[in-house]
Amino acid sequence: MSTDLRAATPAAAPSGDGSRGRRSSPARRARRRAENALALAFLSPQLLGLTVFMLGPLLFALVLAVSNWDGFGTRSFAGLANFRWVFTDPQMLTSMRNTLWFTVIQVPGMMVSAFLVAFMLQKAARGRNLYRVFFFAPVVTSSVAVAAIWLWLLNPELSPINNALLQLGIIAPDWLQDPRTVIPAIAVVSIWQGLGYQMVIFMAGLENLPRALLEAASIDGASERQKLWRITLPLLSPTILFLSITGIIGSFQVFDYIYFFLDTTAPSSARTIVYEIVQIAFREFNFGRGSALAVVLFLILLALTGLQLLAQKRWVHYTE
Amino acid sequence: MTTPPDLRSEPPTLAPPSATTRTARRPLRWTRVLLHALLILGAVVMALPFLWMILSSFKPLEEIFLRPPKLLPMAPTIQNYETAFATGGFLPAFLNSLYIATVVTAVSLLTCAMAAYAFGRMRFPGNNLLFAVFLATMMVPGQLTIIPLYIILGKLQWIDTHLALLVPPALFNAFGVFLLRQYVRGIPRELEEAAAIDGAGRVKVFITIILPLLRTPMVALGIFTFLGQWNNFFHPLIFLNSAELFTLPLWVNQFKGAYSSDWGGLMAATTLAAVPFLLLFVIAQRQIVEGIALSGSKT
Repeated sequence: MSTDLRAATPAAAPSGDGSRGRRSSPARRARRRAENALALAFLSPQLLGLTVFMLGPLLFALVLAVSNWDGFGTRSFAGLANFRWVFTDPQMLTSMRNTLWFTVIQVPGMMVSAFLVAFMLQKAARGRNLYRVFFFAPVVTSSVAVAAIWLWLLNPELSPINNALLQLGIIAPDWLQDPRTVIPAIAVVSIWQGLGYQMVIFMAGLENLPRALLEAASIDGASERQKLWRITLPLLSPTILFLSITGIIGSFQVFDYIYFFLDTTAPSSARTIVYEIVQIAFREFNFGRGSALAVVLFLILLALTGLQLLAQKRWVHYTE
Repeated sequence: MTTPPDLRSEPPTLAPPSATTRTARRPLRWTRVLLHALLILGAVVMALPFLWMILSSFKPLEEIFLRPPKLLPMAPTIQNYETAFATGGFLPAFLNSLYIATVVTAVSLLTCAMAAYAFGRMRFPGNNLLFAVFLATMMVPGQLTIIPLYIILGKLQWIDTHLALLVPPALFNAFGVFLLRQYVRGIPRELEEAAAIDGAGRVKVFITIILPLLRTPMVALGIFTFLGQWNNFFHPLIFLNSAELFTLPLWVNQFKGAYSSDWGGLMAATTLAAVPFLLLFVIAQRQIVEGIALSGSKT
């Protein structure tokens, strides 16, 4: 099973033998074949997984998206009917709008708050690790546990938040039942849980800023605000791009909170794309429509990521 | 929010503080107080929901509906925990979660490291192309493949068994392959060549040289993978039906469905599900935070 390592590393290959020019000497070919077989052996578990659990399902999803199928009867070709349904069904359009609204609130909300916390932690010399524990704790907690806690905090009869607002003279809404507040409320829960992760990534970015540049700016009399806008943020732009791409992808997949809060009977105003995929595919067993919706989600995410990568030339600075 | 004088006060002066530096120091101190006040406020916002969960889990029903609500239980009771344990689901769910997360993490680390070694060091036709395919799949949202995956796992008769949760993530983790391959590339070739001259083959080099050198990224990836599996709700929800197979998130979800108005019980169940890992996190926070940061920032 073990081949001589030297076969793969030209530097270690015996030099000066006459066979150098002749690429296909039998010994060399045998060695190469052994090396290929070995590479295949090392790759085989992940290659099997890639084929059976990713590429296969991916192709299958595309087939399903243009099929009528409930998983049991016969499958028939549906053309683009499933996609037409996705783009004309009023609830699908509402769910897409809800998802977009969630992203519009959650992504900037999380990035700005995570940056502010990271920036403050950077400035605070003492207690940085202790603060970090608090901000990071929700990240390691399951979304279901977080949702269970917030189900209480958002319940109009029990919520200490609503009670505190009442004492200020504000009658708080029933957050999860009011169509105007349900998406923002879920966005707040999601920010609360996720900001610690982005904070840590921002902290790593801040840590790696070239100190000399900031010191030079200080000597030249730059104010804190100037340093933030002219040096820190431009130098952090690759981090910001990374978090914005991954953040948008994550926010479009919001599901756990909604399912835990509202179960299978979420009202129209609280449903998102992934919630619909689960309902359509695994409650109604309409695999065709579910897959079409999933393909649309994928295309939206590809387009949004592509746009961000194209737009990066205008604002992302790489130091090298 | 800016205080120009604090720039001048930065270099420490050995000379006795003059009047100007003293007045210059004061705003700095105030911004520092403000800074910590804001950070403490933030920490309270993060901690209070957890504290509320734990304290509420000890409240009897009448205190839960008390208006205005009190933070501390007046007559603490463990009755909510009795309810949570009475379902009989907690311990099996805990063990199921532990079993799935551990097996997936261990097997996935090994298969990822093997693939990473092949991609990072071996020359074979299509190396770069295949690696690009792995990378590209990272863009595919799990929801796109979940329906066909459900059908395939159904054909394998794995639906409603733990195999549905174990095998796919253990055998396919594009992110893990990518992360470890980057590190394999960074290992100096000389180390392997020295071993090769001593007659070690690829397999031996992989086990004795590569794996030990991949320790740091593998610990990070292991934490990342374990956490993802431990907290996973989506896949167990879709693949499992039988209560005895449930993982912790599913058990909490089921508890909520079955005891919808038992708020104290739900908080006890949630505390049971969340606190063990939170404790582990507090103990090993450096490793966990840095592991996750490393996994995240390398992409």
